[in-house]
Amino acid sequence: MAEVSAVVKPKPRPIIRVGLFLISHSLVVSNVCCIAGVLALLLLPVIAKNTYISENALMPGSASAMLSSDDASDGHVFLNKIMSISSMSINTGIEIPEMIAKHIIESGGEVNYHKFQPISDHFHPLQFFLGPDAGIVQENYSSTSYGVNTVGIVRAPCGDGKEAIVMVTPYNSVKPTSSEALSLGVAYSVFSLLSRVSWLAKDIIWLAADSRHGEHAAVAAWLRDYYTLSSGDLEKNLDMCSASSSPGHEVTSVKRDGVSNGFRRAGTMAAALVIKVADSSSGFEKDGLKIYAEASNGQMPNLDLINIVNYLAVHGQGLQVRVEKIWSLLDSWWLYSLGELQELIGKVAKSLNPQWKFGIPAPDYVEGCATLASSLYNQALGVPTGPHGAFRDYQVDAITLEFSPRFSTSQRVLFLLHTGRLVEGVIRSVNNLLEKFHQSFFLYLMTSPSRFVSVGIYMIAFTLLIAPLPLVAAALFSDASKSKSPGESIPASTSWNWLYAAKTVLVVHLWGAIVTIIPHLLCQIPNSSPLISLLAWITSSAVLLFFTRAASGSLSLSRATQLQTREWTLLKAVTVAATFIGLCLMSVINYATAEIGAQLLVPMCLMAVPLRVDLTAKTTKTVARGACNVLLVFVGFPPTAFLLSKGALAGFDGVRLDDFWNWIESLREWNSATYLYICMVHLPCWVLCVHILLHRR
Amino acid sequence: MSRLKSFLLLFLALFSATASIKVEELNEEFTEALLLRPLPDRKVLAHFHFRSSAPPSQRYGRHHHIFPKSIYQLVRKFQVREMELSFTQGRWNYERWGGFDPISSSNAKPPGVELWAEFDVPHDQVDDSWKNLTHALSGLFCASINFLERSTSYSAPHWSFGSASGKLRYGTLPREAVCTENLTPWLKLLPCRDKAGLSLLMDRPSIYRGYYHSQRLHLKSDESDASETSTGIVLEQTLTVVLRPDTFSGKVLQPNWSLSSLFGRSVSGKCSLSSSSNVYVQFEQNLVSAWDKLREASEASDNAISVGEGFQDNPLFELSLPPKRVIRESGNFQKAGSILYEFSVEDSNQFKPFDLRLNWKVPVAWSSPQAPLQASRFLLGSGNERGAIAISMKSTRSTDNVERTGAYGENECWLRVGIFQMVPWYVKVYYHTLKLFLDGEPQSSTENMEKILVSPSEDKVSTGVLEMILRLPCSVRTAALTLEFDKGFLHIDEYPPDANQGFDIPSAVIHFADFVANMSFHENSLNQVPILSKLQEEVPVISYTEVLLVPLTTPDFSMPYNVITITCTVFALYFGSLLNALRRRVGEEEKLLSGKGARKAGPLTLMISKLAAKLRGKPWEPPEQSDSGRSSSKYKLIAKVALVAGVAAAWQFYFQ
Repeated sequence: MAEVSAVVKPKPRPIIRVGLFLISHSLVVSNVCCIAGVLALLLLPVIAKNTYISENALMPGSASAMLSSDDASDGHVFLNKIMSISSMSINTGIEIPEMIAKHIIESGGEVNYHKFQPISDHFHPLQFFLGPDAGIVQENYSSTSYGVNTVGIVRAPCGDGKEAIVMVTPYNSVKPTSSEALSLGVAYSVFSLLSRVSWLAKDIIWLAADSRHGEHAAVAAWLRDYYTLSSGDLEKNLDMCSASSSPGHEVTSVKRDGVSNGFRRAGTMAAALVIKVADSSSGFEKDGLKIYAEASNGQMPNLDLINIVNYLAVHGQGLQVRVEKIWSLLDSWWLYSLGELQELIGKVAKSLNPQWKFGIPAPDYVEGCATLASSLYNQALGVPTGPHGAFRDYQVDAITLEFSPRFSTSQRVLFLLHTGRLVEGVIRSVNNLLEKFHQSFFLYLMTSPSRFVSVGIYMIAFTLLIAPLPLVAAALFSDASKSKSPGESIPASTSWNWLYAAKTVLVVHLWGAIVTIIPHLLCQIPNSSPLISLLAWITSSAVLLFFTRAASGSLSLSRATQLQTREWTLLKAVTVAATFIGLCLMSVINYATAEIGAQLLVPMCLMAVPLRVDLTAKTTKTVARGACNVLLVFVGFPPTAFLLSKGALAGFDGVRLDDFWNWIESLREWNSATYLYICMVHLPCWVLCVHILLHRR
Repeated sequence: MSRLKSFLLLFLALFSATASIKVEELNEEFTEALLLRPLPDRKVLAHFHFRSSAPPSQRYGRHHHIFPKSIYQLVRKFQVREMELSFTQGRWNYERWGGFDPISSSNAKPPGVELWAEFDVPHDQVDDSWKNLTHALSGLFCASINFLERSTSYSAPHWSFGSASGKLRYGTLPREAVCTENLTPWLKLLPCRDKAGLSLLMDRPSIYRGYYHSQRLHLKSDESDASETSTGIVLEQTLTVVLRPDTFSGKVLQPNWSLSSLFGRSVSGKCSLSSSSNVYVQFEQNLVSAWDKLREASEASDNAISVGEGFQDNPLFELSLPPKRVIRESGNFQKAGSILYEFSVEDSNQFKPFDLRLNWKVPVAWSSPQAPLQASRFLLGSGNERGAIAISMKSTRSTDNVERTGAYGENECWLRVGIFQMVPWYVKVYYHTLKLFLDGEPQSSTENMEKILVSPSEDKVSTGVLEMILRLPCSVRTAALTLEFDKGFLHIDEYPPDANQGFDIPSAVIHFADFVANMSFHENSLNQVPILSKLQEEVPVISYTEVLLVPLTTPDFSMPYNVITITCTVFALYFGSLLNALRRRVGEEEKLLSGKGARKAGPLTLMISKLAAKLRGKPWEPPEQSDSGRSSSKYKLIAKVALVAGVAAAWQFYFQ
């Protein structure tokens, strides 16, 4: 009698009952969760909030801009001087720094040159956990080719010199383009204004970074010397200009005024603005401004910094503000129809209850999706989108402002006036700040310059995606332990069977760690083309995998006879658990990588069933499942995933196999944690899934 | 030390000489003076100097006419032997404004508030006196000096300041904002306040608009000394401001200025209580030598006979008023010293205000005398875990070829540099990591260290203090000192307001023991004027480094609320389940479960079923507890709810 059994066995606690219920219905739950996870991600542009300025002290736009047209025309004169120098036949790369230094001194600032060589690449993933050493950089300069940064500092008249705001203008000191000269002109007009004003509370540093060896390298080298006891502090750089071919009398005259007297500093940096001017004109009827914010490993500056720039640019100077988006997504039909669908739902909901206000116009939705995708991708890459990335490594909030003038050549003074006033306004706002940026968000995704999704919301999509993993693992485990064959000699051993599966998973993950190191060895080989390196990497990894399998397989073969037949369930359970742990760890380090990785990994792991099982059953359901499995495994392989997405976005004509190697190499060189994720989480899980698919019964 | 002693002896001798003259008079005295000096970077230094003195109370009595009563009470109550309090806004630019003259040595102060005081009490009462003094000063000057009361914010330097008596306490508040509310009580100590005399020039907007603003109060007393030679209390109040004249005279020429253009006001007569009221214009040594060169050139060209220290016909500048006196510093061997023009404001009145004007004739560039080493301090490393403090000192020799005093010849010439560094406890300095680099070469630090005294900080109790004297070869170009530290954690109560700004490490004090900054004049009679005797005093060359801002880990201060919420939830869950487990009785529960079926059905259904049983003529039996029936009824309920909701939605949609 059912009644009697219920009386004898009291019901377990409700929470356990819920858990058991979920585990027993894991198939439904995992399907629902996965679909909900993908949907939640697609809904993010709809539920994105408008940005607002969180820190009251910033007060953007409360003071009227002081930059006059005189300053702008000064900047224009400065720009013309640079262009005339760059058009000179002999240019050793020291003339423009000298010219800038002269102008800085005339406007009352302090100057020094910073000589640097690009940093040789070292692979330090997760460097941001440790932070750079507080040690001393000892290096010997070979006088082959070094860059010369020019650093100008305005000391705040009544300030205490504890904090500083940095303005960066990267330019090529040998052959500056006209747009680089324009950005220098903007910085100069602002700098000369700031050297006269009385409201400054923080020092202003203008770093004219020599981008001969790359913009990021120049800024990173300066920052590294700023935060260490550099050679500029230890020795007097008296031979600063002797390396250049023409010492010139101007050099000495400038030097007497106190240039190049070692390395100059100005306190803790509060914020940094990288000012760039795009080569092409904006194509709109307004001057354009593009904001780049992503730093290494998906770190973002405080949202308030973007907010002030956006606020001042839109309301103050009337610029067209944009953030990066994936253009090819803009004309994808499926996104547009999704947008229309949500618009329709929104309309229906509004008609039911006017209080319900969700749903945005379909074009806005598509644009939001494209921006969100770009934001997600750039954060997931872990490669900074500009020189501002170097600042974030030192916990300084920084963004790159890329202006694009409406007219490429005419009306430059007006352009200088507008951009200069914007930069002045931003600096004034940051200058108002007493504390460092901490009020607003650090973890967010942008869906437009004035809309964002905060961490509390975008976590939902990821949580929904990975929630079924532990459930499925538990369900599989309980299945495997229940379905023991009656002829089992030692029933106690079954509960420890998962250890063998765990060993296999561990061995594959160890193999993943070895695969991580191989590209570093391959880089030592000179003159190898990307394709060859990629093939070498793949073959060596495959050979290694074969060997590790053979080494561990010798054991597994011997015990295969005594083991139960449903070994793969246990293996799948452990794989799913390992995937869950890997994804959770990665979501702490870089959320965007984990989100994108989960989209690929979770369906693949959940679906994986040995093909032989499917083929022996031969029903339509199993055949479809097998086909799905093969497709997912094909898509889930990192190179194919990369090439497919690249092809889908940019057309399949330009897709080549060695793109993947270049992409991986760039990840490695930028110390991205994504590289570690791909090699140590994604690839082993993929291999395990393939292993399950090819499992012999 | 010997220098210090000789300086003290000299000082005592000086005062005993003046005292012996005044023995019969025994009067309070007040003098005022203003020193103006053009600076190389087109700015002007204005240094107000007020001195009040009171004779010892044993002989004079406790009743004062001029001397401020509050200060007298302060001295009397806390037995202050010497005290210096400064309020500073902005930074003294050692590179451009010089660091080797008496004014910069004693008036360039770190930003915020600096206070040191020496007491004439037994050792065990010094801390108490200090605490009381900080509270008294805090009330007197409307500043938060009382924060110096905590033992984590002051220290007891052994030899870096004044005498090594062990009764001296030193503390700074780098974050203190300085404004008129601090100036007004300071002015109240003057007998004429800012109603008459030179202090009339202190127009608040113009003196606070400047590039540097430092108001200082220095007190010296030998009240407790009962001997005949005691001089009583001497109170020196100085205000040093660096201003930029508004009038621009082209880009090459130095700006012309007048008192009214600098301050927006002019002087109309002296403070009638002051015994002397003078204005001085100083031209620095290097400017004078530039002027000499210029004069030689002009002499060579047209053989004009120039008047020695002419003021009207000199080729460089023009002063609008004839000076009362021209005082030349007796320079060293090759070079002439600086020149002081003295003006008296006594004969000016309301209708004929004293408005001195300086006009430049020729463009001229010069540099101010520099201290032997120029020090700067900065932080190394980033992140919330650890970092390092670095003090880098650069020789100023190559930019300035003036031969230093005390150079004994290149071979065995040593430069003694004293460093005093106070570090708050939450910056945990590892003193064993002290490294010294000379010209980029790491040195074993013991070799170049003459003397070092370290008192490590104790968590939440005391600050860490590093006092050391380095012995550097004179030929050194750069010297750098690094100290590593760990960043500590504070309790949530200990964070100051605006904690996210970071935490300050007070300025380090660099003093050059072998160098003294003083001016020497030929005429001995000049000692009568306090500001001139002050300029002649031998003060050690001191420079302060920048204040550092260390970002520490700061909690999210809205977090406690979240934590409280979460903790309460966890506690509720825990105690709920605990109570549940405690009061559950398994036997009763089983009984309960068995009887559950009977009680499960509602009274209405029970009645209906009984009724139906009667109608059918069958004996009534309790309804069976079947799973399928229960779940189907549940589904029905859900379906009903969904149906009603759907109908409602359709209704609403239809009528919209």
